[in-house]
Amino acid sequence: MSASNGNGNGNGNRNGSQTGAIRIGFYVCHCGHNIGAVVDCAAVAHYVGTLPGVVLSRDYKYMCSDPGQELIQSDIREHRLNRVVVASCSPLLHEHTFRTAVERGGLNPFYFQMVNIREHNSWVHNDRELATVKAKAQARAAVERVRYHDSLRTTRVPIQPDVLVVGGGISGIHAALTLGNAGKKVFLVEREPSIGGHMAQFDKTFPTLDCAACILTPKMSAVRAHENITLWTYSEVAKVEGYVGNYTVTIRRRPRYVIEDLCVGCLECVGKCIYKEAKFPDDFNVGLSRRKPIYIPFPQAVPQVVLIDPERCLQVKTGKCKKTCLEACADRKAIDFSQQEELVQIKVGTIILATGFKLFDAKRIPQYGYGLYPNVVTSLELERLVTSSGPTSGEIILRDGSKPRTAGFILCVGSRDTRTNRWCSRTCCMHSMKLAQLFKEHTQADVTIFYMDIRAPGKGCEEFYDKSLREGIRFVRGRVAEVTDWALAPEEEGKLVIRVEDTLAGFVRRIPVDMIVLAVGMEPQADSQAMRRLFNLSCSTEGWFLEKHPKLAPVSTFTDGIFIAGCCQGPKDIPDSIAQAGAAAAECLALIDRGYIEQEPNTAHIHEENCSGCKSCLPLCPYTAISFDETVGRARINEALCKGCGTCVASCPSGAIGQHLFEDEQIFKEIEGILA
Amino acid sequence: MNPGTESIYSPAHGWQPRLVAFFCNWCTYTAADLAGVSRLKYAPNIRVIRLMCSGRVDPQFILEAFARGADGVLIGGCHPGDCHYVEGNYKALRRFQLLGRLLRDLGIEEQRVRLEWISASEGERVRLVVNEMVEQLRALGPLNLPEKMEAWDREMTALEETVHAEALAAV
Amino acid sequence: MKYSYFPGCSLKGLGRAYEESLLPVMKHLGVELRELQDWNCCGATAYMSVDEEEACVLAARNLARAENHECLDLLTPCSACYLVLNKTQRNFREFPSVRASVERALATAKLPYQNRVKVRHPLDVLFHDVGIEAIRQKVVRPLRGLKVAPYYGCQLVRPYSTFDEAWNPVTMDRILEALGVEVLPYPLKTKCCGGSLTGTVPQVGLRLSYILLKEAVRRGADVIATICPLCQFNLDAYHSQIEKMWGPARIATVYFTQLMGLAFGLDPRTLGLRRNFVPMKPLPEAAAPSRAEKPNPATAGQTL
Repeated sequence: MSASNGNGNGNGNRNGSQTGAIRIGFYVCHCGHNIGAVVDCAAVAHYVGTLPGVVLSRDYKYMCSDPGQELIQSDIREHRLNRVVVASCSPLLHEHTFRTAVERGGLNPFYFQMVNIREHNSWVHNDRELATVKAKAQARAAVERVRYHDSLRTTRVPIQPDVLVVGGGISGIHAALTLGNAGKKVFLVEREPSIGGHMAQFDKTFPTLDCAACILTPKMSAVRAHENITLWTYSEVAKVEGYVGNYTVTIRRRPRYVIEDLCVGCLECVGKCIYKEAKFPDDFNVGLSRRKPIYIPFPQAVPQVVLIDPERCLQVKTGKCKKTCLEACADRKAIDFSQQEELVQIKVGTIILATGFKLFDAKRIPQYGYGLYPNVVTSLELERLVTSSGPTSGEIILRDGSKPRTAGFILCVGSRDTRTNRWCSRTCCMHSMKLAQLFKEHTQADVTIFYMDIRAPGKGCEEFYDKSLREGIRFVRGRVAEVTDWALAPEEEGKLVIRVEDTLAGFVRRIPVDMIVLAVGMEPQADSQAMRRLFNLSCSTEGWFLEKHPKLAPVSTFTDGIFIAGCCQGPKDIPDSIAQAGAAAAECLALIDRGYIEQEPNTAHIHEENCSGCKSCLPLCPYTAISFDETVGRARINEALCKGCGTCVASCPSGAIGQHLFEDEQIFKEIEGILA
Repeated sequence: MNPGTESIYSPAHGWQPRLVAFFCNWCTYTAADLAGVSRLKYAPNIRVIRLMCSGRVDPQFILEAFARGADGVLIGGCHPGDCHYVEGNYKALRRFQLLGRLLRDLGIEEQRVRLEWISASEGERVRLVVNEMVEQLRALGPLNLPEKMEAWDREMTALEETVHAEALAAV
Repeated sequence: MKYSYFPGCSLKGLGRAYEESLLPVMKHLGVELRELQDWNCCGATAYMSVDEEEACVLAARNLARAENHECLDLLTPCSACYLVLNKTQRNFREFPSVRASVERALATAKLPYQNRVKVRHPLDVLFHDVGIEAIRQKVVRPLRGLKVAPYYGCQLVRPYSTFDEAWNPVTMDRILEALGVEVLPYPLKTKCCGGSLTGTVPQVGLRLSYILLKEAVRRGADVIATICPLCQFNLDAYHSQIEKMWGPARIATVYFTQLMGLAFGLDPRTLGLRRNFVPMKPLPEAAAPSRAEKPNPATAGQTL
């Protein structure tokens, strides 16, 4: 640690609360080797120590550590510092930490400026000399700027305690129940007619092989029965306005043509529908079974209420139907063809997005023959076949009704593939092993799994892999080249042939099987970009919702008060989804129970003496925070509405608008300093 | 010379282009953080100033940067439709287009100022844009606006003196 | 519709039947072809493997000549030519060294070149420009009952062409269907025919041909339709050797343009059908042309 004292001649303190000389303390952090290995921290400290107004300049190993923060606090007292600059990592990471330290030292927390010499310097540059020159310039800019900082106060805005959860899969369900149990009012909005998500379609769960329905359905019913949860299925978020603590959300509720409160789920109407045969593909069973225009999504659906498919129902489409369903419903009068789409507005303080994923479309890899060969199925299709409540009552059969005697599972279909998706979908190895075990159990077939690497890192997962091996499931390492039906040898006649380079054996193999299961990967929902815009989030390049920090804030987003959980953030299994849902609920509770939001004081303000009353700022504000006071002929800013973008500040022709934390003077000084 | 006012560059570096960047807090600044976390390497000639929104970029900031010796200015904001403040980036675009004409009249080549939409996930794009722009600035050479301005000032003073002298002579 | 036309050496030699059927079929559909003046070798064959840059120069000379033509769409029926010309354009665009040697070489011949030519395959032109409906309307003798295995070969669909799907091309299927034939599902559509290995390492090359032939026979095809002169030759010329090595797999392989000519009612004798070693089976009654084709004396008595 080195310290050098500069001369203490102060520049004028424009309008800060203190009078007298500006006394700046400067700290440069080594961050272990993260910064120190590229930037010569001691040289930076020495250089800054020579700048006017800097009374103290130090370099230190870890500024964010407790001793680092203590150092700032004691220096403020001992050296009567009235400005502090820390050069370390990104302000998005630790600005808050250091502001708090400055405040503890007895100074207004906004007499502080942070310099990003890690993410914006040592991590992106190699040349030690030039990186050090840059760090000096960055530090100087902050030192120049911080002189002009003002004493500011954060404002407190009360938080609305209700929560919106979007998506009724296992993550959304768990988050809603956690919040509901904590006594908060929750609105759970689900696009499909029932909650349950993908988990409701599964037979068993890895690695414990417990029945998915047995653990999910009680939670689904609990949602329905919960006094604090308002469940809106068949509904979507249409509009989001406001900010953390005070969101106004518009929900679009699509018509089911059935009054939810009156329907008892007896299904008599379904039996009486004039379509005698169920002839429309059933989404829940991924098209493996058929349903009628009036239907219930699946037997355990929550709510236990039928709905009418407007695309298929004769009455909705043409208005010319005998309406036998109405007769069947009789005096319950639950069917209502006059229902219209409804827009409902709610006010919530926090939002959890748990919108899940979509499965990779196997047709995008034509060499695997999905859609071409009927006995090539996806993992979800097999999941439905193996479920006792599924379309075949749990029997695994080929399309001609016969039992498969051999099967091949192809892994990484639409995962870890530069032609489609580069990421690992994380669950398919385990999911395929689970299905392979069930396949063997149901059919006694020979099952082979074609894999690139087996990824079984979860609790009990490696053991599950062992179990698969012990049960005689074969593993062939190699990415399958193609699935075809041309026979080279007699034993291949009438079979599907998998061509694969066996990378352990070191040659190309042709393996004939009866059935092929494609372990399709996870993808962001088709409308994830639209959702991102709706909620003002960021997405990763792949389209997953971006968390605020990959390690420190995994369920937060860049928009305060909006949290993410489950697969909308990236592929994950059920335990991880639930853990995230609980974390997101806890984040909401932390905000709600504090009762208020502290707002960054970066709002705009009018210098009335300069305002000419030209009104050019008025239409620029997207939050209508600027109004015009006719009596004095000046613009006024409502700081409670201002979000601090600064667009009006940059646009005022008279320079009559300022922005706290980003005053023109501060930025000009920053420019001057950075070009030293 | 006052302490701290000498150039921090040593003569050994030769001429190095100086690129000043104004990045919005939500997209481009975060993207630059991501480039850091991903350890992408780019030219050390860029100096970033963080603003909440590209809509905060006052054209005067750009002129000030040139007047203080910048060789190029880069503005980074959210993609159209993605602005954290709904439409600040559109305002930035509008101003940027108007400013272009003014800069041309000052003899500042248009490649010296650039507006880029870079979202929080596009760390790679930060690397690409910075490197590309630094290369362009190297090819263009120093702008030297401060020296030029001094020369213009001298010209003006000389002109004023001539006019003054003529006026005196006429009297 | 007008196109420049680059026949390449095959269509003037081994694959003459391709040109003999392509030209009348195109004419019948109102497509005008103008043969490139003074064309030379496309640069395929061994040249490409010995010196890729020089091979590109050779190909580029043809492309440069085509730029002087009124029509910049260059019809290239041979798959090898199609591949090399496309590859040359790509290399010219992406590799400055190729660009430099091409420009240097062409400058000595005072041939300016701007890489503006569009290399088109007959399938592309027939499917996208002429259209299936126009083809259907020209059919006077639907080839009903004829079972065809469509075989595209490897060079047309990969890696440069974009007009069809690389893994499961369908443009020829659609054209053949318009003629009334039954197109069989044939998963070997784009597998290797053996290429030049049929001559150099027959144990490997001919086996690949055999697999294609056998699968077509197994699926009950009457004939294999192809688009590539080398494929046609490999699948047609080696039957006796193949039979000795792995057993019989006798089936005729013809150009898809020959089938088009038959369906359009063109004189079968002008379509080059007699050049086949393994002649096509007589067409099913309903589709049989009025004048029976005179069998090729060299292959007489070999009909199945």
